[in-house]
Amino acid sequence: MFEVTDLEIQYPNGYKALHGVTLTVSEPQVVAIIGSSGAGKSTLIRCINRLVEPTAGSIKLDGLELTTLGGSGLRKARRRIGMIFQEYNLVERLTVMENVLSGRLGYVSFWRAYRRNFPPQDIQNAYELLERVGLEGRENTRADALSGGQRQRVGIARALMQKPDILLVDEPTASLDPKTSRQIMRLICELAHEFGTPALVNIHDVALAQASADRIIGLSDGRLVFDGKPEDLNEEALTLIYGEEDWSSTIKDDGDDEEEGVAGLTKAKTKAGNGLISEGAAG
Amino acid sequence: MTPKEHAKRHPEIWRKFSPRETLVRYAWMFGIVLVAAWSLRNLDIPWFYFLDAHKQVADLFRRMVPPDWGHFSEVMMPLIETIHIATLGTIVTYALALPVAFMAARNTTPNKLIWFIGRFILVSSRSINTIVWALIFVAIFGPGPVAGVWAIAFRSIGFMGKLIAEAIEEIDHGAVEAIEATGASRLQVLMLGVLPQVWPVILGTTVYRWDINIRESTVLGFVGAGGIGIQLYSSINLFAWDQVAVMLLSILAVVILSEFVSATVRAKIT
Repeated sequence: MFEVTDLEIQYPNGYKALHGVTLTVSEPQVVAIIGSSGAGKSTLIRCINRLVEPTAGSIKLDGLELTTLGGSGLRKARRRIGMIFQEYNLVERLTVMENVLSGRLGYVSFWRAYRRNFPPQDIQNAYELLERVGLEGRENTRADALSGGQRQRVGIARALMQKPDILLVDEPTASLDPKTSRQIMRLICELAHEFGTPALVNIHDVALAQASADRIIGLSDGRLVFDGKPEDLNEEALTLIYGEEDWSSTIKDDGDDEEEGVAGLTKAKTKAGNGLISEGAAG
Repeated sequence: MTPKEHAKRHPEIWRKFSPRETLVRYAWMFGIVLVAAWSLRNLDIPWFYFLDAHKQVADLFRRMVPPDWGHFSEVMMPLIETIHIATLGTIVTYALALPVAFMAARNTTPNKLIWFIGRFILVSSRSINTIVWALIFVAIFGPGPVAGVWAIAFRSIGFMGKLIAEAIEEIDHGAVEAIEATGASRLQVLMLGVLPQVWPVILGTTVYRWDINIRESTVLGFVGAGGIGIQLYSSINLFAWDQVAVMLLSILAVVILSEFVSATVRAKIT
């Protein structure tokens, strides 16, 4: 059970990044958070593990208030919160294995970590996760020798090493190509369901969010403006979240299943037509 | 557009500096010449010594050649002692400079006071010359290589600490944030998030400083802090220039060797 209540962030210069956001995740589901750049998606996610300090409101993870924690209390809470980053944030000069095992740092002493002497079950778990994310045999590769998609897989394994009670995922696909994006997003959603871990995923790709998430939340100017099922996300909702735009080609039409292929074709044609017309106008 | 309008919009003259700026630049140059002239006047240089300088050089060269190679066996041990002083001094520096660098880097320092102390250590270490440090440590430990090792270490802390601290301030913060987010302790974050990122700089500056320290430790003996400098100083005082030549040549050989080692190691670091 994860609850955010009236969460607010005001920066010292008076700018408010979040205006009282309230949100409850009561089952292991993938929650996609969409909204324009600057709407407060990252800020919201970073408040949860306190990489950013909220100024008002409450965040509760299974009843534990996270906003007031400090020192070792905060470190203990962070062990239960896994995070996946847009730029992967691996330690580039360390090996894949060291990066994955660093997910266990909250549980081992300084000297054990210094000698890279992690408990056997952690090492076994790391090997299992590496296989699960498709990086078996790469444990001794240095992180800076991997491609973007592979690095993100290491990032996913590191977060899951924590056996987290909640996963925070900040733009996991924004630095990846469309195909890798879809693979990574699918992997995150599969693993979240497999481990029974709720996941909050910031994402810019609306179609991908709709296709993979169990629930969608829309943020606009630091306010929650949409909270519903992926199929409820219509043009009206998107206008509310992002503002006025032609959304017809962005959203997936779940309503007419038998017509989908045809509808898709028509849309593609319209789009191509539009492209041609605008090109002609520009020339 | 008439030709006149055209010329106005596209003039033939372009100057980087305005007349005012040009004047200021000439004033600066004149000022520097003035300062140089003032220094020369105050130094009271005995110019007549310059008249026979070429004869002195020729004379010195005659006294040095041929070098007294028989003297080499006596120089061998002090030369090795010199290398030991430099190596031990660098190892002590390595142990002391790392914590100071973490104190003096803005992104790893625990608070402003510790940061200030770290910066103060770096600045004071660098502002005192190795020879002056050697004088101080000869007074504390008495003459000998121990004083030399500490003198080398205290001068090097500032050099290595500053370079490592600057490297720490330029690391990728994202990786550090990710390690923090796993619930790691402060020390673990430094060790697994920060240290790997600055490791090439640490290794590189250590080897580079060792190379510099070999050169510096050759003169430590002038003030009694061990090494080949003691023999060098006494041979110069005895006008035994053929022995001095042997020492200078062997120092040159060692310095070239250390520079080669340092360059090779630094090129290998990735």
